[in-house]
Amino acid sequence: MSTQDDTHKLISTEVQVDEQTHEDTAETVVSAEKLNVYYGEEKALSDVSAEIPERRVTAIIGPSGCGKSTFLRSINRMNDRISMCQVEGTLRFNGKNVYDDDVDPVALRRRIGQVFQSPNPFPKSIYDNVAYGLRVQGKADKVDLDKQVERALKQAALWDEVKDQLDSSGLDLSGGQQQRLCIARAIAPDPEVILMDEPTSALDPVAAAKIEDLIEDLAQNYTVIIVTHNMQQAARISDKTAVFLTGGKLVEFDDTATIFEDPEDQRVEDYITGKFG
Amino acid sequence: MSTEIQEPDLSGDELRGDRATDRRVKRVLFGCASITVLTTIALFVVLFDNAAGYFYGARIWEVLIGQESFRQTVSLSEFFSGTRWAPVRSPPAHGALPIIWGTLVITIGAAFVSIPIGTATALYLSEYAKPTTRNRLKPILEVLAGIPTIVYGFFAVSFITPIVVGALGSLFGISVGRYSMMAGWIVVGTMTIPMVSSISEDAMQAVPDDLRNGAYALGATKYEVSLRIVLPAALSGILASYILAISRAIGETMAVSLAAGFQPQLTANPFSEIMTMTAYMVSLARGTTAVGSVEYQSLFAVGLILFIMTLTANLINDYLKRRFQEVYR
Amino acid sequence: MSTDTERGSEAIGQSITDVDLSSEKFKNRVFYATLVAASSFGVIMLVFLFADIFYEGIIGQQRFGIEISRFLGNTGSQTPGNAGFYSAIVASIWLMLLTTAFILFLGISTALYLVEYAPDNRTTRLIEANLANLAGVPSVVYGILILALIVNGAGLGSVILAGAIALSALVVPIVIVASIEAIRAVPDGMRDGSAAAGATQWQTIRRVVLPQAIPGIMTGTILALARAVGETAPLLMVGALFTDTSVPSGPFDSFSSMPVQIYNWTYLPQREFLALAAMGIIVLLLVLLAMQAVAVYIRRKYERDVSLTGV
Repeated sequence: MSTQDDTHKLISTEVQVDEQTHEDTAETVVSAEKLNVYYGEEKALSDVSAEIPERRVTAIIGPSGCGKSTFLRSINRMNDRISMCQVEGTLRFNGKNVYDDDVDPVALRRRIGQVFQSPNPFPKSIYDNVAYGLRVQGKADKVDLDKQVERALKQAALWDEVKDQLDSSGLDLSGGQQQRLCIARAIAPDPEVILMDEPTSALDPVAAAKIEDLIEDLAQNYTVIIVTHNMQQAARISDKTAVFLTGGKLVEFDDTATIFEDPEDQRVEDYITGKFG
Repeated sequence: MSTEIQEPDLSGDELRGDRATDRRVKRVLFGCASITVLTTIALFVVLFDNAAGYFYGARIWEVLIGQESFRQTVSLSEFFSGTRWAPVRSPPAHGALPIIWGTLVITIGAAFVSIPIGTATALYLSEYAKPTTRNRLKPILEVLAGIPTIVYGFFAVSFITPIVVGALGSLFGISVGRYSMMAGWIVVGTMTIPMVSSISEDAMQAVPDDLRNGAYALGATKYEVSLRIVLPAALSGILASYILAISRAIGETMAVSLAAGFQPQLTANPFSEIMTMTAYMVSLARGTTAVGSVEYQSLFAVGLILFIMTLTANLINDYLKRRFQEVYR
Repeated sequence: MSTDTERGSEAIGQSITDVDLSSEKFKNRVFYATLVAASSFGVIMLVFLFADIFYEGIIGQQRFGIEISRFLGNTGSQTPGNAGFYSAIVASIWLMLLTTAFILFLGISTALYLVEYAPDNRTTRLIEANLANLAGVPSVVYGILILALIVNGAGLGSVILAGAIALSALVVPIVIVASIEAIRAVPDGMRDGSAAAGATQWQTIRRVVLPQAIPGIMTGTILALARAVGETAPLLMVGALFTDTSVPSGPFDSFSSMPVQIYNWTYLPQREFLALAAMGIIVLLLVLLAMQAVAVYIRRKYERDVSLTGV
């Protein structure tokens, strides 16, 4: 938890927060309205409402067990894969409630990509890993696959490192490279939103810094929603920040600058300054 | 502003083909999974149905459609207490006691070989053997377990009976024939040693070292630790291995028929030929048996008894295994 | 180990050496000797078994002059001077091919259903518990089941296909259990990654889960086949021939098989047949050895791949 203390010092002395937040121009892509999620008897999310802007980085922070990952997984309905999980309320993607009966979660996931906590490349070649989404989505015949793989790897800042070894296994890469490969895999089918669940927590600081740079670049083309327990990271890379606290409650959601400099809620201030959580 | 945005189509219409495949696959896979259950049901139905033909002169389905009615053909009391088994001869005799006895005596005799030797081997492997010895001994036992039963049958005919049992017989002044109960004990006992030793060893390995150390700290010797600490602690796992070996011995067919023979008789003489239930089934395969005849149906009556015996053993084994896992996991 | 600690304690001082442990030591030594003797029993039996087989095989060469080319090239015969193993080998190959097809399809499908699709309910638990039960049914009982259902019930007769079905019923639980383990060993992160990329469940299974589970499934299948290729009793029950004088050419031909032929040669009283049986056993054991080698090779290769995954 020493990172939180460091964060606190760092933020309070030299404010690193991204100031330009273009709030007026951004459309809402994902919006939650009174979203409740239960795991069996246990309530994991409680009345969460939030509007997440397009082509911005939105960070979700909070202590562990606060429901931040649950919220992320409810956006692309990965929660469906847990049999005990039940969802109430509304979660709109471009205005459409994704929990409507006529929504196929697979179709939803084809428009919302996800990157996981620990890198999980398939034991296939680098090329096949990146092409995977395009192939299962039936887009492989309609596009120039080589070109799309190259584009995705370039966007994931991995192309220069792997362009000569596209046929070698994705598992032969280092941890940081594997995570960028997973990012390339997620963006290759060109989704609108990319969900990231603590994507740097399993990586060393150098590899983590590369991913952070990459995330800021990705926001030019994609809406990025990132769960992190590293407040420093949230402050550095996000435009908006949502703070979840225990009990699955979204306590405050605002521009990152506001959250870190002048939060409305006392509990958020306590959490940011390390007094809580 | 949001009204300008067209709601996305997430109905997955383009996925319709994939989803249909998904559903079809799930149905096929479920169908395959249920085949294993259907096999069990078929076992019960086929065995009971044909056994009904044997005991009551009519198949269950024939009675159900009103074509036939049950009439006693072989009485259960004759079957379970009669001492002459010759359903194929005329006049036929349907006392299954000799072949049930044959199976029991072979199973018990084999257990007297496999249980002490298997348990001792397991103790040696688990408590005494150096890693190098262990790594050499274990594959040898695996080979013993992997050899087809027919090879043990050959071993009985060409070595155990003429040389081992023959030598023992001449000590007592008995000339041993082609088959003997004792050859069955040795062969079936030997082939079930690996089941006892490997499963018992697993059970012993699962006993926490704290228990051993506690006893050593009190001044116990290795012998005392092995017998008073490890054996009792691993008991239910060890018993499970015994039951498994017994179940295997009951169902053993090729080796036992080539070792113990084809003569159904109630005898306790280890040098004489006997017949197990499985050997009876093999003996029918050697002749020509008309479908629906008494001897054809006797096959299923005997098979049913065999099935019930091994099923019981397996259920006990299952119970013991679960009890052992509850203690140590 | 125990002797070490005791020897150590003797050196420490008078008061400790005063304790008379000689009877304890004697008991320990007797016990240890008993364990070693018992452990050697299996090894000794194995040595005798192999020595016996080779001895009989050599007798076949020297006393009866059974040429290997004749042995491998001739079909079965009532006269020992003409009898060969060829039709039995061909029948065994047919049986193996059909059995492989059955158990691979059934085994993988059942395991996939149980791991990937089955809801956690009573039906599923029943199917899983039933597997253990099926594995304990004696092989001869599977023989009469197929005799009643397929040979006579479906009117197929005593043909290779019926034999293969009996062998499949016998060994498919082995494949299912091995496949379940192999499929469960695929990390959930792989399934999540695939689902998040927009794959349907079947796409995930076919493209991600199965490729990773295949080595484990193959190992289990080979072990199951090794069990099947040596089985005799179920084939006798479905009506395998003791002496096949013709070479089977398809799934609907009557058949013998390597173990059935070995059984018959062992059963017959003439000594020359026993020698033939020994030669047949050598062939059978070589086949089993080769299968084991393939299984070990796959397992080794697979273990190396797994160590790569463990980042």
